[in-house]
Amino acid sequence: MNIKNLKEGLHDGFLIGLGYFAVAFSLGLVARKAGLSPIQGFLASFLNHASAGENGLYTSIATLATYAEVAIITLIANARYLLMSCSLSQRFDPQAPFFHRLLVGFGITDEFFGVSIARPGYLSTTHFYSCALLAIFMWSAGDFMGIWLGNLLPLSVVSALSVSLYGMFIAIIIPPSKKDKVVALAVAASFALSYLCTLTPCIKELSGGTRTIILTILIATVAAIVKPVKEEDLK
Amino acid sequence: MSHNVYIYIFVAAIVSFVIRVLPLTLIRKPISNPFVRSFLYYVPYVTLAVMTFPAIMEATQWPIAGLAALIVSIIAAFRGAGLFPVAILSCLTVFVMEWIIAQI
Repeated sequence: MNIKNLKEGLHDGFLIGLGYFAVAFSLGLVARKAGLSPIQGFLASFLNHASAGENGLYTSIATLATYAEVAIITLIANARYLLMSCSLSQRFDPQAPFFHRLLVGFGITDEFFGVSIARPGYLSTTHFYSCALLAIFMWSAGDFMGIWLGNLLPLSVVSALSVSLYGMFIAIIIPPSKKDKVVALAVAASFALSYLCTLTPCIKELSGGTRTIILTILIATVAAIVKPVKEEDLK
Repeated sequence: MSHNVYIYIFVAAIVSFVIRVLPLTLIRKPISNPFVRSFLYYVPYVTLAVMTFPAIMEATQWPIAGLAALIVSIIAAFRGAGLFPVAILSCLTVFVMEWIIAQI
Protein backbone atom coordinates (compact mmCIF):
# COMPACT_ATOMS: atom_id res chain seq x y z
CA MET A 1 0.00 0.00 0.00
CA ASN A 2 1.44 3.30 -1.05
CA ILE A 3 -0.09 6.53 0.30
CA LYS A 4 1.08 8.58 -2.68
CA ASN A 5 -0.57 6.16 -5.13
CA LEU A 6 -3.72 6.10 -3.00
CA LYS A 7 -3.96 9.91 -2.94
CA GLU A 8 -3.31 10.22 -6.66
CA GLY A 9 -5.82 7.44 -7.31
CA LEU A 10 -8.56 9.21 -5.35
CA HIS A 11 -7.66 12.50 -7.04
CA ASP A 12 -7.90 10.98 -10.52
CA GLY A 13 -10.98 8.98 -9.50
CA PHE A 14 -12.83 12.07 -8.31
CA LEU A 15 -11.97 13.96 -11.46
CA ILE A 16 -13.10 11.09 -13.67
CA GLY A 17 -16.11 10.60 -11.40
CA LEU A 18 -17.38 14.14 -12.03
CA GLY A 19 -17.51 13.47 -15.75
CA TYR A 20 -18.94 10.01 -15.12
CA PHE A 21 -21.70 11.41 -12.93
CA ALA A 22 -22.84 13.74 -15.71
CA VAL A 23 -22.71 11.07 -18.42
CA ALA A 24 -24.38 8.45 -16.19
CA PHE A 25 -27.07 10.96 -15.26
CA SER A 26 -28.04 11.35 -18.90
CA LEU A 27 -27.78 7.57 -19.30
CA GLY A 28 -30.20 7.33 -16.39
CA LEU A 29 -32.76 9.17 -18.52
CA VAL A 30 -32.52 6.33 -21.07
CA ALA A 31 -32.82 3.70 -18.31
CA ARG A 32 -35.82 5.56 -16.89
CA LYS A 33 -37.59 5.29 -20.25
CA ALA A 34 -36.78 1.56 -20.35
CA GLY A 35 -38.55 1.20 -17.01
CA LEU A 36 -35.61 0.45 -14.71
CA SER A 37 -35.80 1.35 -11.04
CA PRO A 38 -32.99 3.48 -9.54
CA ILE A 39 -31.62 0.41 -7.73
CA GLN A 40 -31.57 -1.63 -10.95
CA GLY A 41 -29.78 1.24 -12.69
CA PHE A 42 -27.21 1.42 -9.90
CA LEU A 43 -26.60 -2.34 -10.13
CA ALA A 44 -26.34 -2.32 -13.94
CA SER A 45 -23.94 0.62 -13.80
CA PHE A 46 -21.77 -0.87 -11.08
CA LEU A 47 -21.42 -4.18 -12.93
CA ASN A 48 -21.03 -2.82 -16.48
CA HIS A 49 -19.61 0.71 -16.08
CA ALA A 50 -19.51 1.29 -19.84
CA SER A 51 -21.53 4.06 -21.47
CA ALA A 52 -22.00 2.53 -24.93
CA GLY A 53 -22.60 -0.94 -23.46
CA GLU A 54 -25.20 0.30 -20.99
CA ASN A 55 -26.90 2.40 -23.61
CA GLY A 56 -27.22 -0.81 -25.66
CA LEU A 57 -28.49 -2.68 -22.62
CA TYR A 58 -31.19 -0.12 -21.74
CA THR A 59 -32.32 0.22 -25.33
CA SER A 60 -32.55 -3.58 -25.56
CA ILE A 61 -34.62 -3.78 -22.39
CA ALA A 62 -36.93 -1.07 -23.75
CA THR A 63 -37.50 -3.04 -26.96
CA LEU A 64 -37.79 -6.42 -25.16
CA ALA A 65 -34.80 -7.85 -27.05
CA THR A 66 -33.68 -11.45 -26.46
CA TYR A 67 -30.92 -12.19 -23.95
CA ALA A 68 -28.69 -13.36 -26.82
CA GLU A 69 -29.10 -9.98 -28.51
CA VAL A 70 -28.05 -8.23 -25.32
CA ALA A 71 -24.95 -10.43 -25.16
CA ILE A 72 -23.98 -9.58 -28.75
CA ILE A 73 -24.64 -5.86 -28.35
CA THR A 74 -22.57 -5.79 -25.17
CA LEU A 75 -19.77 -7.68 -26.93
CA ILE A 76 -19.66 -5.23 -29.85
CA ALA A 77 -20.03 -2.09 -27.74
CA ASN A 78 -17.29 -3.17 -25.33
CA ALA A 79 -14.89 -5.05 -27.62
CA ARG A 80 -12.36 -2.21 -27.41
CA TYR A 81 -11.70 -3.31 -23.82
CA LEU A 82 -10.10 -6.45 -25.30
CA LEU A 83 -7.40 -4.23 -26.82
CA MET A 84 -6.98 -2.19 -23.64
CA SER A 85 -6.73 -5.37 -21.59
CA CYS A 86 -3.99 -6.66 -23.96
CA SER A 87 -2.17 -3.36 -23.60
CA LEU A 88 -2.47 -3.37 -19.79
CA SER A 89 -1.18 -6.96 -19.61
CA GLN A 90 2.17 -5.55 -20.74
CA ARG A 91 2.21 -3.10 -17.84
CA PHE A 92 1.35 -5.71 -15.20
CA ASP A 93 3.95 -6.77 -12.66
CA PRO A 94 4.53 -10.48 -13.52
CA GLN A 95 5.00 -11.12 -9.78
CA ALA A 96 1.58 -9.73 -8.84
CA PRO A 97 -0.98 -12.24 -7.46
CA PHE A 98 -3.50 -13.59 -9.98
CA PHE A 99 -6.60 -12.06 -8.36
CA HIS A 100 -5.27 -8.59 -9.20
CA ARG A 101 -5.67 -9.46 -12.89
CA LEU A 102 -9.33 -10.33 -12.31
CA LEU A 103 -10.06 -7.20 -10.29
CA VAL A 104 -8.15 -4.77 -12.51
CA GLY A 105 -9.73 -6.44 -15.55
CA PHE A 106 -13.20 -6.00 -14.09
CA GLY A 107 -12.50 -2.30 -13.58
CA ILE A 108 -11.19 -1.40 -17.05
CA THR A 109 -12.80 1.64 -18.65
CA ASP A 110 -11.48 4.09 -21.24
CA GLU A 111 -10.61 6.59 -18.52
CA PHE A 112 -8.92 4.26 -16.01
CA PHE A 113 -6.99 2.79 -18.90
CA GLY A 114 -5.96 6.30 -19.94
CA VAL A 115 -4.71 7.44 -16.53
CA SER A 116 -2.98 4.10 -15.87
CA ILE A 117 -1.13 4.16 -19.19
CA ALA A 118 0.00 7.74 -18.50
CA ARG A 119 1.81 6.60 -15.31
CA PRO A 120 5.36 5.27 -15.54
CA GLY A 121 6.42 1.71 -14.75
CA TYR A 122 4.28 -1.22 -13.66
CA LEU A 123 0.60 -0.58 -13.05
CA SER A 124 -0.05 0.38 -9.41
CA THR A 125 -3.00 -1.65 -8.14
CA THR A 126 -3.42 0.80 -5.24
CA HIS A 127 -3.81 3.69 -7.66
CA PHE A 128 -6.08 1.69 -9.95
CA TYR A 129 -8.43 0.44 -7.22
CA SER A 130 -8.80 3.78 -5.44
CA CYS A 131 -9.40 5.58 -8.73
CA ALA A 132 -11.79 2.95 -10.13
CA LEU A 133 -13.81 2.36 -6.97
CA LEU A 134 -14.52 6.06 -6.39
CA ALA A 135 -15.32 6.80 -10.03
CA ILE A 136 -17.47 3.68 -10.54
CA PHE A 137 -19.43 4.63 -7.42
CA MET A 138 -19.99 8.14 -8.84
CA TRP A 139 -20.93 6.59 -12.19
CA SER A 140 -23.50 4.30 -10.54
CA ALA A 141 -24.81 7.17 -8.39
CA GLY A 142 -25.21 9.29 -11.53
CA ASP A 143 -27.32 6.59 -13.16
CA PHE A 144 -29.36 6.21 -9.96
CA MET A 145 -30.00 9.95 -9.80
CA GLY A 146 -30.81 10.19 -13.50
CA ILE A 147 -33.52 7.55 -13.15
CA TRP A 148 -34.76 9.04 -9.90
CA LEU A 149 -34.74 12.76 -10.65
CA GLY A 150 -35.15 12.79 -14.41
CA ASN A 151 -34.72 16.18 -15.96
CA LEU A 152 -33.89 18.34 -12.92
CA LEU A 153 -30.23 19.14 -13.64
CA PRO A 154 -29.97 22.13 -16.03
CA LEU A 155 -28.99 21.11 -19.53
CA SER A 156 -26.15 23.67 -19.58
CA VAL A 157 -24.49 21.95 -16.61
CA VAL A 158 -24.87 18.45 -18.09
CA SER A 159 -23.48 19.74 -21.38
CA ALA A 160 -20.43 21.36 -19.73
CA LEU A 161 -19.65 18.37 -17.48
CA SER A 162 -19.90 15.91 -20.34
CA VAL A 163 -16.73 17.20 -22.03
CA SER A 164 -14.50 16.80 -18.95
CA LEU A 165 -13.73 13.22 -20.00
CA TYR A 166 -12.51 14.38 -23.39
CA GLY A 167 -10.45 17.13 -21.76
CA MET A 168 -8.67 14.42 -19.80
CA PHE A 169 -8.08 12.31 -22.89
CA ILE A 170 -6.42 15.34 -24.49
CA ALA A 171 -4.23 15.86 -21.42
CA ILE A 172 -3.13 12.22 -21.76
CA ILE A 173 -2.34 12.15 -25.49
CA ILE A 174 -0.71 15.57 -25.96
CA PRO A 175 2.47 15.15 -23.80
CA PRO A 176 3.67 11.98 -25.65
CA SER A 177 2.75 13.69 -28.94
CA LYS A 178 5.16 16.48 -28.07
CA LYS A 179 7.98 14.00 -27.46
CA ASP A 180 7.32 11.57 -30.32
CA LYS A 181 6.45 12.84 -33.80
CA VAL A 182 5.01 9.48 -34.87
CA VAL A 183 2.56 9.54 -31.94
CA ALA A 184 1.61 13.10 -32.95
CA LEU A 185 1.01 11.97 -36.53
CA ALA A 186 -0.99 8.95 -35.36
CA VAL A 187 -3.13 11.22 -33.16
CA ALA A 188 -3.72 13.67 -36.02
CA ALA A 189 -4.63 10.78 -38.34
CA SER A 190 -7.00 9.43 -35.67
CA PHE A 191 -8.82 12.76 -35.41
CA ALA A 192 -9.07 13.12 -39.19
CA LEU A 193 -10.15 9.54 -39.97
CA SER A 194 -12.57 9.41 -37.06
CA TYR A 195 -14.22 12.59 -38.31
CA LEU A 196 -14.25 11.29 -41.89
CA CYS A 197 -15.98 8.10 -40.71
CA THR A 198 -18.90 10.08 -39.31
CA LEU A 199 -19.40 11.76 -42.70
CA THR A 200 -19.04 8.71 -44.96
CA PRO A 201 -22.28 6.98 -45.97
CA CYS A 202 -22.68 3.42 -44.58
CA ILE A 203 -19.60 3.74 -42.35
CA LYS A 204 -21.30 6.43 -40.31
CA GLU A 205 -24.00 3.91 -39.38
CA LEU A 206 -21.43 1.94 -37.35
CA SER A 207 -21.57 2.40 -33.59
CA GLY A 208 -18.92 4.52 -31.91
CA GLY A 209 -17.41 1.42 -30.29
CA THR A 210 -17.04 -0.46 -33.58
CA ARG A 211 -15.54 2.60 -35.26
CA THR A 212 -13.04 2.89 -32.42
CA ILE A 213 -11.91 -0.73 -32.83
CA ILE A 214 -11.54 -0.59 -36.61
CA LEU A 215 -9.64 2.72 -36.62
CA THR A 216 -7.45 1.75 -33.67
CA ILE A 217 -6.34 -1.49 -35.33
CA LEU A 218 -5.81 0.25 -38.68
CA ILE A 219 -3.86 3.28 -37.46
CA ALA A 220 -1.80 1.46 -34.78
CA THR A 221 -0.85 -1.21 -37.36
CA VAL A 222 0.32 1.40 -39.86
CA ALA A 223 2.27 3.26 -37.15
CA ALA A 224 3.87 0.01 -35.93
CA ILE A 225 4.96 -0.86 -39.49
CA VAL A 226 6.21 2.64 -40.37
CA LYS A 227 8.04 3.20 -37.10
CA PRO A 228 8.61 0.09 -34.95
CA VAL A 229 9.32 1.14 -31.39
CA LYS A 230 12.83 0.58 -30.02
CA GLU A 231 13.17 -1.19 -26.69
CA GLU A 232 14.30 1.93 -24.81
CA ASP A 233 11.18 3.87 -25.90
CA LEU A 234 8.93 1.38 -24.13
CA LYS A 235 10.41 1.97 -20.71
CA MET B 1 -39.65 -16.00 -23.24
CA SER B 2 -39.90 -13.98 -20.09
CA HIS B 3 -38.16 -10.63 -19.77
CA ASN B 4 -36.52 -10.23 -16.43
CA VAL B 5 -34.57 -6.99 -15.99
CA TYR B 6 -32.12 -8.67 -13.62
CA ILE B 7 -31.28 -11.38 -16.16
CA TYR B 8 -30.66 -8.67 -18.79
CA ILE B 9 -28.29 -6.89 -16.40
CA PHE B 10 -26.59 -10.17 -15.48
CA VAL B 11 -26.02 -11.18 -19.14
CA ALA B 12 -24.48 -7.79 -19.98
CA ALA B 13 -22.33 -7.92 -16.82
CA ILE B 14 -20.92 -11.38 -17.62
CA VAL B 15 -20.06 -10.45 -21.22
CA SER B 16 -18.41 -7.19 -20.10
CA PHE B 17 -16.40 -9.03 -17.44
CA VAL B 18 -15.11 -11.74 -19.79
CA ILE B 19 -14.03 -9.22 -22.45
CA ARG B 20 -12.14 -7.15 -19.90
CA VAL B 21 -10.48 -9.99 -18.02
CA LEU B 22 -9.59 -12.49 -20.75
CA PRO B 23 -6.48 -10.83 -22.25
CA LEU B 24 -5.16 -9.78 -18.84
CA THR B 25 -5.36 -13.33 -17.53
CA LEU B 26 -4.20 -15.09 -20.72
CA ILE B 27 -1.21 -12.85 -21.50
CA ARG B 28 0.95 -13.42 -18.44
CA LYS B 29 4.36 -12.62 -19.90
CA PRO B 30 5.86 -9.63 -21.68
CA ILE B 31 5.32 -9.96 -25.43
CA SER B 32 8.64 -10.13 -27.30
CA ASN B 33 7.40 -9.76 -30.89
CA PRO B 34 8.56 -6.26 -31.98
CA PHE B 35 5.52 -5.65 -34.18
CA VAL B 36 3.01 -6.55 -31.46
CA ARG B 37 4.95 -4.47 -28.92
CA SER B 38 4.97 -1.47 -31.26
CA PHE B 39 1.28 -1.97 -32.06
CA LEU B 40 0.34 -2.03 -28.37
CA TYR B 41 2.54 1.03 -27.75
CA TYR B 42 0.46 3.09 -30.20
CA VAL B 43 -2.96 1.63 -29.26
CA PRO B 44 -3.76 3.83 -26.22
CA TYR B 45 -3.05 7.15 -27.92
CA VAL B 46 -4.88 6.22 -31.10
CA THR B 47 -7.88 4.84 -29.20
CA LEU B 48 -8.23 7.92 -27.01
CA ALA B 49 -7.84 10.24 -30.01
CA VAL B 50 -10.46 8.36 -32.04
CA MET B 51 -12.89 8.45 -29.12
CA THR B 52 -12.35 12.17 -28.49
CA PHE B 53 -13.01 13.57 -31.93
CA PRO B 54 -15.61 14.21 -33.24
CA ALA B 55 -17.47 12.83 -30.16
CA ILE B 56 -16.58 15.96 -28.15
CA MET B 57 -18.67 18.01 -30.61
CA GLU B 58 -21.64 15.65 -30.17
CA ALA B 59 -21.51 15.76 -26.37
CA THR B 60 -22.43 19.44 -26.16
CA GLN B 61 -25.66 21.21 -27.12
CA TRP B 62 -23.75 23.16 -29.77
CA PRO B 63 -20.96 21.44 -31.75
CA ILE B 64 -18.95 24.67 -31.86
CA ALA B 65 -18.73 24.67 -28.03
CA GLY B 66 -17.25 21.15 -28.11
CA LEU B 67 -14.78 22.17 -30.81
CA ALA B 68 -13.72 25.20 -28.74
CA ALA B 69 -13.22 22.93 -25.71
CA LEU B 70 -11.03 20.64 -27.83
CA ILE B 71 -8.84 23.50 -29.03
CA VAL B 72 -8.51 25.03 -25.55
CA SER B 73 -7.63 21.59 -24.11
CA ILE B 74 -4.94 20.94 -26.73
CA ILE B 75 -3.33 24.35 -26.13
CA ALA B 76 -3.44 23.93 -22.33
CA ALA B 77 -2.02 20.38 -22.46
CA PHE B 78 0.65 21.49 -24.92
CA ARG B 79 1.74 24.14 -22.43
CA GLY B 80 2.09 21.48 -19.74
CA ALA B 81 -1.25 21.64 -17.87
CA GLY B 82 -2.20 18.38 -16.08
CA LEU B 83 -5.36 16.26 -16.22
CA PHE B 84 -7.41 18.26 -13.74
CA PRO B 85 -6.73 21.80 -15.08
CA VAL B 86 -7.34 20.65 -18.66
CA ALA B 87 -10.62 18.93 -17.72
CA ILE B 88 -11.86 21.98 -15.81
CA LEU B 89 -10.84 24.33 -18.63
CA SER B 90 -12.73 22.22 -21.17
CA CYS B 91 -15.90 22.33 -19.01
CA LEU B 92 -15.62 26.09 -18.50
CA THR B 93 -15.09 26.64 -22.21
CA VAL B 94 -18.33 24.82 -23.02
CA PHE B 95 -20.24 26.58 -20.26
CA VAL B 96 -19.09 30.04 -21.41
CA MET B 97 -19.51 29.30 -25.12
CA GLU B 98 -23.04 28.01 -24.66
CA TRP B 99 -23.90 30.96 -22.44
CA ILE B 100 -22.69 33.34 -25.16
CA ILE B 101 -24.63 31.43 -27.84
CA ALA B 102 -27.76 31.64 -25.70
CA GLN B 103 -27.41 35.45 -25.53
CA ILE B 104 -27.22 35.87 -29.30
